[in-house]
Amino acid sequence: MDPVIETRNLTKTYQVGDVAVHALRGVNLTVKKGEFLAIMGASGSGKSTLMNLIGCLDLPSSGDYFLDGRHVNSMNKNEYADIRNQKIGFVFQVFNLLPRTNALENVELPLLYDRNGRIKDPLKAAMDALKRVGLADRMDHEPSQLSGGQQQRVAIARALVNSPSIILADEPTGNLDTRTSIDIMALFQELNKQGITVVLVTHEHDIARYANRFVEMRDGLILRDVILKNRRNAAKDLVEFKREDIA
Amino acid sequence: MLQLKNLIKTAFKSIFKNRMRSLLTSLGIIIGVSAVIVMVAIGEGSQSRIEEGIQSLGTNLIVVFPGTSSSGGVSRGAGSFNRFTFADVEKISQEAMLVKGVSPIVRTGGQVIGGGNNWNTGIYGVSEDYFEIRNWELEYGEFFTERDVKTSNKVALLGKTVANQLFPDQDPVGQKVRIRNVPFLVIGILKAKGQSGMGTDQDDLILAPSTTVYYRLRGWRHVDMINASASSPDRIADAKKEIRAILRESHRINPGEEDDFTVSDQADISEAASETSRILTMLLGSIAGVSLLVGGIGIMNIMLVSVTERTREIGIRLSVGARGKDVLIQFLTEAVILSLSGGIIGILLSLGISFGLNKFTELYTVINPDIIMVSAIFSAAVGIFFGYYPARKASALNPIDALRYE
Repeated sequence: MDPVIETRNLTKTYQVGDVAVHALRGVNLTVKKGEFLAIMGASGSGKSTLMNLIGCLDLPSSGDYFLDGRHVNSMNKNEYADIRNQKIGFVFQVFNLLPRTNALENVELPLLYDRNGRIKDPLKAAMDALKRVGLADRMDHEPSQLSGGQQQRVAIARALVNSPSIILADEPTGNLDTRTSIDIMALFQELNKQGITVVLVTHEHDIARYANRFVEMRDGLILRDVILKNRRNAAKDLVEFKREDIA
Repeated sequence: MLQLKNLIKTAFKSIFKNRMRSLLTSLGIIIGVSAVIVMVAIGEGSQSRIEEGIQSLGTNLIVVFPGTSSSGGVSRGAGSFNRFTFADVEKISQEAMLVKGVSPIVRTGGQVIGGGNNWNTGIYGVSEDYFEIRNWELEYGEFFTERDVKTSNKVALLGKTVANQLFPDQDPVGQKVRIRNVPFLVIGILKAKGQSGMGTDQDDLILAPSTTVYYRLRGWRHVDMINASASSPDRIADAKKEIRAILRESHRINPGEEDDFTVSDQADISEAASETSRILTMLLGSIAGVSLLVGGIGIMNIMLVSVTERTREIGIRLSVGARGKDVLIQFLTEAVILSLSGGIIGILLSLGISFGLNKFTELYTVINPDIIMVSAIFSAAVGIFFGYYPARKASALNPIDALRYE
């Protein structure tokens, strides 16, 4: 299968005062279409920096990055914005929804910046995305009226609405309790089953085990890159969880 | 680029999310715009009052004042050389081709008794031409005629104010009034002209034949002033030249010597008066303009705060694909909507204020449609000018920095 993400010798150096911080020291990573990749590592390992580069939120210091076969880091700022708009869906740890704006409008947000008019009916697309994450009945709720798990679902719907090539999730369960975390992972697994490529950054082993490929980073380099054999099924775990609740 | 509809929708949403702050921000513009319009309206109102007042003096009016004289290099000041005579007036009336009417003015004042009341007023001795020259109309009764002037008839026309004072509840026409003990027959009442541009009551006077005032009421024998009217507005300048030449001849002024009189027309008089009020208008307008500027700085201030406060929102928008330009235009649109709606509210407010001023105070205001257009455009321009810097700042944010902003 074609690689969705391909990085070659990607480096990122920050200048903090007089000190140069090498966040990435030459990362080679290929992600194929349909994969569910979990990136793990201690803080400072460079996993978030890698995520930001993959998500076109930041520019690498050197190296090459191909997204869907296109050489991304030779693009200008506007093309970068368009890539974020059309190829990538973001899910953040802190949800990053617009406050005092209802779920439907939050999900519609990326479509406001859809320059190509790929999506003919933004309202319908946003409603469909909310249905996919199981929030059809919460469309007019504002973030403050939703639980953490529901807010993250809205964020996932927003990531989905533009039919992106990949969904990037940066510690999506970091602010959620265990049960809600499993719930969200079940949603990611479901979306992955539908063919969406998911890249997940986490520092929780339990969460990483829902992916089918596991990458561990340390000091700006990839330490381990393995295919997970005994992948957990979040939907099943959720049923277990409910049984325990009753008992 | 965002669609215009979405852009305006987004801007309004964020304005309404911060209702109080938006209102306070616009308040600067509201006050600024309404201050500019009201101040200019007051200035223009007083200017038009002055112009109306001058207009009511009479059309094509030419006024001849006695000039300064000097003896041995010592100037005796304006009006010190009272040398007009009935002969001067007669000569102008006969020789000047471009003069339609001419009247001497013999002025005196004093206590007038009539109808059981008394009143102190000014008495003007004039010729029958005077009514047309100075646009006097009759409320009722009749004007005196050339014959009355020739025979020094003791007839009088009362100004509205005098008529009201002496005969509050009876018909003055046909009654006698005693001016300094000389009995005059009232033959007519003049239509009220109201206040002059300078604030004096134009209706507080009595008009009588010049010869009667001259011979019966005055102790000294000369004509104070001459009023004339040109045959048409475009002949005023030539008529003035004519009058000057005639008076120089009759006063035997040698070539090279200065005139001992001054010939002015309405334009001269009104120019001086409206120049004053024009300066007043400019002064009022520019003070109000400063408050509009301060309002603009208020918008910039709030937009800057707003950019900082909404850094995260900007980050979210950038992360889902907004370009820098989208963010720039969004903030600029908000600033323009704030200032433009402030401008529109300010215009409405100023219309209300000026209506109130006209209705409930002595002030008279005239709202010029131009100034409304200018204020509307200017308030939008204030939004663009003062909104640009904060918007620019917002659009230059790095998405990752904006997202991480706490």
